[in-house]
Amino acid sequence: MKVVMGYIAGLLFGLGVAVSGMTDPARVLGFLDVFGAWDPTLMFVLGGAVITNFIGYRVVLRREYPLFAGSFQLPERSDLDARLIGGAALFGIGWGLSGYCPGPAIASASGMTLPLAAMLLAMALGWIVSQRMVRSAGR
Amino acid sequence: MDWTASLHGLIGGVLIGLSATWLMATLGRIAGISGIISGLIGTRPNGDHAWRFAFLLGLLSGPVLVMLLGFGNVAAEPEAVIGAPAGGPGLMLLAGLLVGFGTGIGSGCTSGHGVCGLARLSWRSFVATLTFMLMAIITVYVVRHVIGGGA
Repeated sequence: MKVVMGYIAGLLFGLGVAVSGMTDPARVLGFLDVFGAWDPTLMFVLGGAVITNFIGYRVVLRREYPLFAGSFQLPERSDLDARLIGGAALFGIGWGLSGYCPGPAIASASGMTLPLAAMLLAMALGWIVSQRMVRSAGR
Repeated sequence: MDWTASLHGLIGGVLIGLSATWLMATLGRIAGISGIISGLIGTRPNGDHAWRFAFLLGLLSGPVLVMLLGFGNVAAEPEAVIGAPAGGPGLMLLAGLLVGFGTGIGSGCTSGHGVCGLARLSWRSFVATLTFMLMAIITVYVVRHVIGGGA
């Protein structure tokens, strides 16, 4: 049952990024280009997603545990550290260079091109390197 | 303003929000793409792999379904679903490394910190989202208006 639930969540996410046009790097870069011909689409995507999920979480987290798992796994940290901010900054540079964040990049795989393949391979490599680093740092 | 594009954005955004709520309601998990998918690679298979893999299959099949319905929102070609990459393989290798490594050590991307973290009113996610948005805006400014001369 967990597999079916995971599939439905992925499918909704994939439908969302495709319908919204986030699988088009030009739309994403158009939003980030605030000093050019600004494209507001991403604002509606993030706004729609956050508001929907804000309401959704309020309803769902009233329960004591999820429908098909033992407990809710929520991050508990509230302190800021260099890893969080440094990581977010590096991610932002990569996002600004390509117009791809992880969701849309992976969801675009059915329209595979050489540059997208390079993006996905390098992203996977970046994850592996970060996992090694975080593990050897003892966390 | 292009209202059709904005409406597509809003509908897609609601679907992404529903996905995040659904994953929390059923499996109790944050719908962060970098976290879900990076958990599939570089780590030994465990009981956690099956739903992550199913999520990946869903993420890949969603756009295919939208293609069949002809309901995409590509800027240059309104009914297309997947837009062309913004650069060649060399630029994408660099961008991919930064996105992978950055989301890896920063514990999240646009979905984990943006869609889920902001909805939880998490201070860490708010700061992370502000940081990657600002850095991305500065990067696009430098690439398009300083180096590229306003493409």
